[in-house]
Amino acid sequence: MTILWFILWSVLKVAVITVVMLLAVAYTVLLERKLVGRIQNRWGPSRVGPFGLLQPLVDGAKSFLKEDIIPAGVYRPLYLLAPILALGCSLILIGVVPFGDPSVELHDFAVLCGPWIASLVPRGLYLFQISDVNVGLLVILGVTSIGVYGIALAGWSSNNKYSLLGALRSSAQLVSYELALGLSLVGVVLRAGTLNLRLIVEQQGTRGFLSWNIFGGMQFVAFFIYLMAAYAETNRSPFDLPEAESELTGGYHTEYSSMKFAMFFMAEYGNMINVGCVATLLFLGGWTNPFGNWFGTSQNILVRALLPLFWFVLKVFCFLFLYVWVRGTLPRFRYDQLMNFGWRWLMPLAILNIVATSLWLALR
Amino acid sequence: MHLILFLVFAGLCLAGAINLLLQTHPINSALSLIVVMTSLAVLYLLLGAEFLAAAQVIVYAGAIMVLFTFVVMLLNAGREERTLGSRVARSIGFPAVVAILAVIATVILHAQGLGVARLGDGITTTDELSAVLFTKLLLPFEVTSVLILIAILGAVALARHGSGDQAERTGEE
Repeated sequence: MTILWFILWSVLKVAVITVVMLLAVAYTVLLERKLVGRIQNRWGPSRVGPFGLLQPLVDGAKSFLKEDIIPAGVYRPLYLLAPILALGCSLILIGVVPFGDPSVELHDFAVLCGPWIASLVPRGLYLFQISDVNVGLLVILGVTSIGVYGIALAGWSSNNKYSLLGALRSSAQLVSYELALGLSLVGVVLRAGTLNLRLIVEQQGTRGFLSWNIFGGMQFVAFFIYLMAAYAETNRSPFDLPEAESELTGGYHTEYSSMKFAMFFMAEYGNMINVGCVATLLFLGGWTNPFGNWFGTSQNILVRALLPLFWFVLKVFCFLFLYVWVRGTLPRFRYDQLMNFGWRWLMPLAILNIVATSLWLALR
Repeated sequence: MHLILFLVFAGLCLAGAINLLLQTHPINSALSLIVVMTSLAVLYLLLGAEFLAAAQVIVYAGAIMVLFTFVVMLLNAGREERTLGSRVARSIGFPAVVAILAVIATVILHAQGLGVARLGDGITTTDELSAVLFTKLLLPFEVTSVLILIAILGAVALARHGSGDQAERTGEE
């Protein structure tokens, strides 16, 4: 009986969260278009719905209805596999992210509905995390590293020089910056002593924002390394060389049209959200309240469930805002600058951060 | 449950390995190798080695195989030509493979004290693994890292050698 409940509950959770994630991706695109519009002193999309709020839905419908062109020279199996791989890897990551207080169970809500329903619902069905993995951080890094294949295979199988160049640039960039990214997280792991995302967050929740890793944990250097490496990892400006329009026409997705192009597009914005989630979990205290217990804690189950969710979403939103802000402000790097920056600055700095953190932990 | 997962992923692993040999296009072979690596990671996980499983995906499937596919793409390696194999390979190769497999099988079957791992034994946490690595096995661990460092230095030396020659040549011109 409990196994059946567990399976049903997991399927339901996965379905709901996937839909929410896709909606979030769609509205991140709108957020970017609106914000970049304001930065450039224009309105951005404003025609469809109030304030252009229905624009993402119309864009989605447009992508579905467009003609799907498969060029003659492509290597078909990989050409079809690449967008699925890219989008799949970007959507799967949310599965290990605790995006609200993970100790809130379905049982707590069933109690509100009356004792009869409460007796029906078993304990242990958690609401705000799909799976609590011991090595959650490594799972995130692993899935990210598999995501490279989506881009690499897309570029290669398209049989087009711009696609290939874009894919090569992108894979080289991802492999180089993954190193700095991974090393910047080591400081956090050293402090937490665990790779479990839920525990890493819980350790930052004791004294409000003072115990976040970025402030109390003295990991601000690591945070900035992570920030820059994350921009490069998601192929975003100022590191958007894989799709530099002026040089490569479109980069790795030049030959893709219709929904397949939209899948790459969604994968990119999904990855932005993922990166924001990871930054929030590791450096900004995840779902914990930035004010700690200063204003007391509520025992009301609705507040206990929704307030952490609110803080988490707010933090991720701030991160996405920063992303768009940077895109609207900074020009693109040159390729040699990109590689120099990654290997000669970020990586040594990340190693220094590990040494400093270890010394601090050992001598404390 | 564990047995079903084991059968599925062991089958996937073997299918990937066979496909790797049968494919004529290098990129298909490389992708089959990725399938083998990731299904091996699942098998590690079934044996309770979660850190090893994650590391397998990150290091082998994520980093090393990316470089493989990278090289295949850069060289734009074409389709292999299928040969029927030489007569020597068939007359000596197959018996030799069977003999080696038989020797390995008997050695493993007769070996004692290798330790036992059963499916679904419970998970070895990263703490326990690192405690063993950094106390009992510290020397082999450090020696391995020196070995890898030597390989990196060798690669750097080879790469620098080439570019240095080029600089001299342009200087002479």
